[in-house]
Amino acid sequence: MEDDAPVIYGLEFQARALTAQTAETDAIRFVVGTQSLKFDNQIHIIDFDDENNMINKSVLLHDAGEIWHISGSPADKAVLTTCYSKTSESRVLTCAAVWRMPPEWESGSHESPDDSSNNPQTLELLCHLDNTTHGSVACVLWEPMGDGKRVISLAENHVLLWDLQESSTKATISSSATLEGKGQLKFTAGKWSPHHNSTQLATANDTAIRGWDLRSMSQIYCIESAHGQLVRDLDFNPNKQYYLASCGDDCKVKFWDVRHINEPVKCLEEHSHWVWSVRYNHSHDQLLLTGSSDSRVILSNMVSISSEPFGHLVDDDELSDNEESQQEDKGKEPLRDSIIATYEEHEDSVYAVEWSAADPWLFASLSYDGRLVINRVPRALKYRILL
Amino acid sequence: RRNEINVTKYSTTPPDSDPTGRRQVHSMLKLYYGMNEEGKVESLDPCDINGPHFDPEVYLNKLRKECSLGELMDHESCTVKQIRSLDSDMQTLVYENYNKFISATDTIRKMKNDFKKMEDEMDCLSANMAAITEFSAHISGTLQDQHAQITKLSGVHTLLRKLQFLFELPARLNKCLELQAYAQAVSAHRRARCVLQQYSHMPSFRGIQDDCHVIMEQLAQQLRQKFRDGGSSAKDLSECVELLLQLDEPAEELCDKFLSHAQSRLEADLQGLEAELIDSLVTDTGGGLVQKTNPGSNPVSPSSSSTTNPFLSPTAGTDILEFIDRGCNEFVSNLCLVIASYQELFINHPQEGELASKKIPEMANGKLHVFVDTLAARYFSLVERRIQEEKGVGDNSLLVRALDRFHRRLQAISKLLPGSAVPSQGTEIVVRAARERIKQYLSALQTFYHDSLTDVRQALAAPRLSVGGASASGGGATSKDATPSLPELLTSLSNFILNQLKSVLASVHLFTAKDITFSNKPYFKGEFCSQGVREGLVVSFIKFICQSSRQYCESAGDRGGSTPPALLLLLSRLCLDYETSTISYILTLTDEQFLVQHHTPVTPVTALCAEAREAAQKLLNHYVKVQGLIISQMLRKSVETRDWVNTIEPRNVRAVMKRVVEDTTSIDVQVGLLYEEGVRKAHSSDSSKRTFSVYSSSRQQIRYAPSYTPSAPMDTSLLSNIHKLFSERIDIFSPVEFNKVSVLTGIIKISLKTFLECVRLRTFGRYGLQQIQVDCHYLQMYLWRFVSDENLVHFLLDEIVGSAAHRCLDPSPMEQSVIEVICERG
Repeated sequence: MEDDAPVIYGLEFQARALTAQTAETDAIRFVVGTQSLKFDNQIHIIDFDDENNMINKSVLLHDAGEIWHISGSPADKAVLTTCYSKTSESRVLTCAAVWRMPPEWESGSHESPDDSSNNPQTLELLCHLDNTTHGSVACVLWEPMGDGKRVISLAENHVLLWDLQESSTKATISSSATLEGKGQLKFTAGKWSPHHNSTQLATANDTAIRGWDLRSMSQIYCIESAHGQLVRDLDFNPNKQYYLASCGDDCKVKFWDVRHINEPVKCLEEHSHWVWSVRYNHSHDQLLLTGSSDSRVILSNMVSISSEPFGHLVDDDELSDNEESQQEDKGKEPLRDSIIATYEEHEDSVYAVEWSAADPWLFASLSYDGRLVINRVPRALKYRILL
Repeated sequence: RRNEINVTKYSTTPPDSDPTGRRQVHSMLKLYYGMNEEGKVESLDPCDINGPHFDPEVYLNKLRKECSLGELMDHESCTVKQIRSLDSDMQTLVYENYNKFISATDTIRKMKNDFKKMEDEMDCLSANMAAITEFSAHISGTLQDQHAQITKLSGVHTLLRKLQFLFELPARLNKCLELQAYAQAVSAHRRARCVLQQYSHMPSFRGIQDDCHVIMEQLAQQLRQKFRDGGSSAKDLSECVELLLQLDEPAEELCDKFLSHAQSRLEADLQGLEAELIDSLVTDTGGGLVQKTNPGSNPVSPSSSSTTNPFLSPTAGTDILEFIDRGCNEFVSNLCLVIASYQELFINHPQEGELASKKIPEMANGKLHVFVDTLAARYFSLVERRIQEEKGVGDNSLLVRALDRFHRRLQAISKLLPGSAVPSQGTEIVVRAARERIKQYLSALQTFYHDSLTDVRQALAAPRLSVGGASASGGGATSKDATPSLPELLTSLSNFILNQLKSVLASVHLFTAKDITFSNKPYFKGEFCSQGVREGLVVSFIKFICQSSRQYCESAGDRGGSTPPALLLLLSRLCLDYETSTISYILTLTDEQFLVQHHTPVTPVTALCAEAREAAQKLLNHYVKVQGLIISQMLRKSVETRDWVNTIEPRNVRAVMKRVVEDTTSIDVQVGLLYEEGVRKAHSSDSSKRTFSVYSSSRQQIRYAPSYTPSAPMDTSLLSNIHKLFSERIDIFSPVEFNKVSVLTGIIKISLKTFLECVRLRTFGRYGLQQIQVDCHYLQMYLWRFVSDENLVHFLLDEIVGSAAHRCLDPSPMEQSVIEVICERG
């Protein structure tokens, strides 16, 4: 189907950081941060026009440094955080900051996109998440579904919980935790759980996954050797509060029930190199997206461990209304765990994948060479899940 | 008369005819059968000189007409000669006959005289006889009366003797009782019983009868007592029973008593067996302990191949053969004896009179069956317990012989007791034992396999330890020394397993030997061979090998270190060998040895081979992964821990790169020991030049040098993008082929990709980039020869250098010539 053809967008620079604009629920919008040591780095805001299958982009300057991680505020769509590396006195340090997009960017890009790229506007700095005492920041996490006032940054082996005050122009550390142990411990990834009233956090360091209680800032569980190699990314199942997906350098994607951490619930081994990113679909948690440095993006359908293991539950009223459809339903085979599709549009390692915040059937993937690919869930599957 | 015959004889034999003898015989036969008529035909010829119709005129005329003078003369002389001889013959005959006639006349005259005398004597004799007859008649007439009287008297005498017997009977019975001559007493009583019964209305007889009754009662009592005491021998006992039966004792009761008596004796046998069983149990556990300690103290090593420990049999107090022997000799033979005597007494015994009507045989037979079944069940349970004790899988022949004996002896029961279920139950026990045996062998094989793997592991670890310290500095030569025995280990391991399997097969084969009685049972002919040995033992074992091999991939997978990579490699080769030859060899061997006829579907060779191949593939993939990860880890640590921004100008290739090359070389050697070289893509002329340039002095510009000198970022990315467009996608952790080059390619791919990803995560200073350049060139110099397609190495190294240039704050690359000098230096 023509609609299912991927839409490709190329950036001039190499890029690793991708996020969906969480607060935006109408437009399909992704934000990409570039990595360049020699030129000014940019933030590309990519709007996808679903009806016309077209991309509109606007570029904002991010002159603080190359961007390693980016995430958007859940409350204010103009606010975002980046982790960027700053080189000073031949020392490279990764810092984090909260930014606001200039209010005019949207209109400006629409009027003349060429102009905006020629003379891009600059992000407005709201505040730094000062990390000079804690070392390089791996990532910044917004409180999921929060009011955009709380963020967590993972710096080396510290978990820092920040309160943003005065319209995010001032950040103070409200609490922190430190991971102690042998050797140089360093967080590589983390995720703020949307469950339990947003009081839990999961982090990854080396091969271990740890759970933290943010109220006491103490560790609540630890999956030692969750992966054979480094753990690269985590994601919480949006509908099942104890379920967690992780991926890593052993080419595997593992699903955990954090109540039973001895064995993974399930394990996928489809990629032929490190898996860098794993994302649950926000509304249909059987859909799972993974991106890997084998340049592939894989969309899997994990029905058996999803919140809808028997497919979409139909209301009783609907059942009584038309029994014929019910019979049809029975005739259908229940969906089994399977790979839905492998997307091979990328030529280089894919470091980030992200579902759209607005359209649950749409996702973007970003490879190192600066190629952003927007894909849709195959229509047949979409209808199968919906109907 | 004789004369005549002679004459005719002479006349019928023509003197000139040639086959005279035959003609004579013919003529005599003709004479005998009265076929003289034929003679007429012969003699019709008037020229026949011997014929009756001979006409001299015709003859002469004929002669005269036909013959010449000479011939006539000859003929005449011949005829004259014949006539003369005939004349003399006739004369002799006449004389002879005359003499005979004279002597005959004399004889007749003599006879005439003799007969006259005899006639007189005969007359005298007849007169005498008449007188004798008269006298005899007279005597018999006088004696008639007396004879009748004598007959009567003798009758009375017999009756009196009978009566006397009757009157003496009580006394006699008493005496018999005293002397314990029960048989005599009973037979005496039996003789008298009918008479006494008949004349019991007469008081005197009544008295006798009563007396007898009392005595016989007493006797029966004594007999019963004796029967109950049970101390007597079987023969005594059977006599006892026989007597009691004759005394009208109820047969059923007797059966019961007999059987209960027999039972008590058989139970004693069984208890003896049980006591032995418990004894052997105690000693068995002792033996088990000894056995347990054995493998530890004496590990199986390639040199001590013959003394493999899992197959030691427990040193039991009594072995199973003795036990079964004892069971057979005591219990089974006694049981047979009991059955035989019982049948003799109650079933086959010809029952007379009223006893026959009681249907004793049926009743007795039923009882016997119940009896035998219960006892046999207990015996069987003991035997089964004993068989279960037989855990050691060493000498199977003992068990088979014991089972054979057990089975053989039960056949005796089947002969004695045709309808009994005992022999079939016995066969079932044998079958169960055989099944159990197969299971034991399988587990023994499995432990053996594990043990040998442990040994291999130790053997692999031992040289490693000695070299471990030096491995960092030692080159390929050291590692070659470290594992010289890899192929040897492989062959010894596979030989071990094969020999063990063969010996197990040989042991199991005993079950189907010709001289074993149960080997011709349908189970042992069919199911035992196909389902038991082939499927249960051989196929299961092969599957076990594959499965346990796969487990090595899964369990150790995440840690990577728990299984030595060499073992993975070895196992992979082992599985591959199994796939190519060993499996089909083993199965053919099994099928031949056991003449398996597959009634039920069996696992086909191809399925097993596929499984083995899959396992081999998995192991090899895992090997690649593990080795790749070891090198990757080194590379990753080296990239992550260094401060690339503030590094000094490169003077040397970093040690870790040398280590990578060394390790790759040693892996190459290791894999080369077990796997073939494999196919390499033909080197392009360019590549040969390149290697040349690497080894000799280097003036030539290397082709991919432009990518080392990224003047602008866009250029390199463009270049690498174009490159990517035309190169195939590289799957890093992809399955490898079963050859050295493919394995090495896999490992190098994994390592370099890791290197690339790590480089991309770092920021480099000017010298950092240059160091990467040097390192990559060094790798380039040494790694190309290991892989199937050197372009792959070039491409990945290009990517690394390109990425490093990208990540460089001050991208000013090093001169190619300088790089080469550094690399060659060290």
